[in-house]
Amino acid sequence: MPVEVYFNVAISGLLAGLIYGLSALGLSVIFGVIRIVNFAHGEIMVIGMFFALVLFRSLGLDPLLSVPIVAVVLFGFGYLLQTVVIERVAHLADHYQFLLMAAIAIILISASLMVFGPDAQGAQLPYAFDSFQIGPLIIDKVRLYAGAAALVVAALLFAFFRYTSTGKAIRACGDNPAGALVVGLNVRHMYALTFGIGAACLGAAGAIILMVVDAHPYLGPEYTLLAFIIVIVGGLGSLPGAMLGGVLIGTSEALAGILLQPSLKSAFSFGLLILVLLLRPQGLLGKASQ
Amino acid sequence: MTKSDKRGTFSVTRRTFTAGAAAAAASLALPMRHIHAAGALKVGVLLPRSGPQAGIGQDCQRGVDVALPILKELGYPDMEIISGDTETNVEIARAQAEKLINEGVQLLVGAFDSGQTTAIAQVAEQKGIPLVINIAASPAITEQGYKFVFRNFPNAPKILGDAFTNQKELFAATGATPKTAVLLHVNDTFGKAMQGGIGALMPKFDVPYKLVEQIAYDPKARDLSVEISKAKATGAEALLVVSRLNDAILLTRELVKQRWNPMGVLSMGPGWYEDQYIKTLGKLSDDPVSFVPWQDYNKPLTKVVQEALAKAHPDRAMNTNHTYTFEALMIAADAYKRAGSTDPNALADALRATNITDNISAGPGIMFNEKGQNDKLLNVAIQNRDGKHVVVAPKSAANADPIWPMRPLDQRG
Repeated sequence: MPVEVYFNVAISGLLAGLIYGLSALGLSVIFGVIRIVNFAHGEIMVIGMFFALVLFRSLGLDPLLSVPIVAVVLFGFGYLLQTVVIERVAHLADHYQFLLMAAIAIILISASLMVFGPDAQGAQLPYAFDSFQIGPLIIDKVRLYAGAAALVVAALLFAFFRYTSTGKAIRACGDNPAGALVVGLNVRHMYALTFGIGAACLGAAGAIILMVVDAHPYLGPEYTLLAFIIVIVGGLGSLPGAMLGGVLIGTSEALAGILLQPSLKSAFSFGLLILVLLLRPQGLLGKASQ
Repeated sequence: MTKSDKRGTFSVTRRTFTAGAAAAAASLALPMRHIHAAGALKVGVLLPRSGPQAGIGQDCQRGVDVALPILKELGYPDMEIISGDTETNVEIARAQAEKLINEGVQLLVGAFDSGQTTAIAQVAEQKGIPLVINIAASPAITEQGYKFVFRNFPNAPKILGDAFTNQKELFAATGATPKTAVLLHVNDTFGKAMQGGIGALMPKFDVPYKLVEQIAYDPKARDLSVEISKAKATGAEALLVVSRLNDAILLTRELVKQRWNPMGVLSMGPGWYEDQYIKTLGKLSDDPVSFVPWQDYNKPLTKVVQEALAKAHPDRAMNTNHTYTFEALMIAADAYKRAGSTDPNALADALRATNITDNISAGPGIMFNEKGQNDKLLNVAIQNRDGKHVVVAPKSAANADPIWPMRPLDQRG
C-alpha cells in the first residue's frame, strides 16, 4: 500500500481526534468541578447539533458561525438544568445522580425524535465535498475547518479557566468546595456556571460535529461512551487530558483501521482504555488520588 | 413503453387506476362467503416504529396506509389494523406479538428485520396465528417447518443469485465488465450473511470480476474515510457494497472527497436507493446500481399504488418497504376473502393456496411453496436517475437503459 495512504489516514484521524477531544471537554469540565457523571453528555451534544441544523436551515448560517449562538443557548440550558434539577439531588448517593442523568438523556432522545423524526439529517455545506491536495496528500476541507474550530474553542476554554477570575473561582470550587465557601464564593452559582460552561462546550462541539456527521436522535449514547473513553484515557477532570485523549483515540482508531481491519477501530479504543486503566489508572494527564 | 416511463416518472390517470382495479377485480370473482358475518379481519402489523430502525418502520407503515383504501377499491374484504412497535428489539418484538394475539388479532404482518421476524414467527407458530412476513431475508425463517409462517420476500441466497445474474446482464448490455472489485460490507448479522453468501455464490454464478479485498466496518461508524482510503488503495475497478442508509451516505461523501471514481457502485442491499440518500446527496446520488427486491413498474397495480403514495407522501418515492408491506396486506385480505372465515387454520389453508398474479412486485406473482416461501420472486437492478429510480435489469422488468460505467462523481456540477 502506498505510504501516502498512511499519512492521509493519520491526518484524517488527527482532525477527527480534535473534534472528539472537544466533545469530551464538556464531560471533563463538569466532572472536574461538580463531580457529576453526566450520562446525558451525548444527548446534550445532539441537541446542539439539531440547534445548529435549525439555524443552518432557517437562516443559512454555516455551523462554524453558529458555534457562539449554540454555545450561549446551551449555556443557559445547562445553567437552568443544574439550578432547577441536578442541584436538588447532588446530596444523594451517586446512583441517584446516575439515574437522574440517564432519565434526562432518555427525555432528550424522545424530545428530539418527536421534533426532528428518526431520519439522519445534515447541513449541506457548499464546500462539503471539497478537499485540499498537497502533493500526494488529500485533506478533507470540512474536517480541517472543524478540527481548527475545535482547537480554537478548546484554547478559549483553557484561557478562561487559567486567566479569568471566574475561571479561577470555579477551579477553586472544584479543588476545595468547603474552602471556596469559607472565602465567600457562591459555590451554588459556580456549580451552575460550570454546568452551563460544560453544556456550552457541548453545544459548540455539536455545531462543529454537524459539519462532518449527520444529526439523528439516537446518536447521543455513542458520543457519551466515546467521551467516557477519551476522558478516562486522558485523565478525568483534566482539560488538556481530554484533548490529548481525543487525539490519541482519533489517530489510533484511524491507523488501526488501515493496518488491521476497519471494524476493529472501536475494539482498539477499548483496548487502549484497558491499557491505560492497568498502567496509569488516573489517565495520561490525570492527578493520582491521594 | 413511453419516454416518461424510461425516466421512471409516471403520470397515473383515472384510466390506469381503473385498468389496475379491473385486472385485480377479475381475479377476485370468488364468492365472499361468510365475510359479512365474520366482520373485519383483525390484522396486527408489527414494525420497528422506534429505535434505530424507526425510519424504515415508518416507511413500511406508509405501505399500510395506502393499502387499505386500494384493497377496498379492488373488492377485498375489510381489515382492521392494530399496530405494534417492536422498538427495533428482538425481545420486544416477541412480547408485542404475544400482546397482539392476546388482544385478538387473527393474523400478523411484519416485521422488516430478520431477527425480530424470527422471534415473531416463533410466537405465531406456537399460538397458531398466521404470520405474513413483509420483509426479512434470513433463509432460516422458512426452514423451520412452520405451518403458520408465510414469506413474500426473497431470502438472502435468492437476492444474491439474482444480483449476480443481473450484474452479468448489465455488463453485457454496456460492454464494460470490471475485472476486479473491492467489497465493503457492514459488520452486522445482515452484512456478514451477505459477505458469506457472496463468497460462496460467486464461483457458482461465474462472476467475471475478482474480489481483491473484503473490508468490514462497524455499522455505527461515524467516519468511513479509512475504509475508502483502504478500498481505493487496492486499485479495484468496481466497488461492491453491502450497507445501510447512513453508511451509504458516508461512503459516497468519502468517494468524492478522496477523488476516487470507480467504474461503478454495485450495492447488494439497502441504503443507496433510499429517499434519504437521494435527498441528502442530490446529483451525487445518481448512478449507483442496487440489486434489490422491487416493484415491477410495468404492472398496472404498481401504478395505482405509486399514485396513491405520491398523493399521500409527495416527498417519497415508492420503494421496497412500501411494495412488500402493501403486498403482505394484499395477501392477508386475499386469504380472508377465500377462507370466508377468521379461523386461523382456515386462514392458513387459504394462505397456502395463494395465487395472486396481479400484484406489484417483480416476478410472476405471489404463491407459496411447501415451506411458506414465495420462491418465484424476481429481484431487479435499479439505478438512481435524477432523484428517481429506474429498473435497468432484468430486461423483462426494465424501464430504462443502464448508465454504466457511472458518471465521474467530481463532474456532477
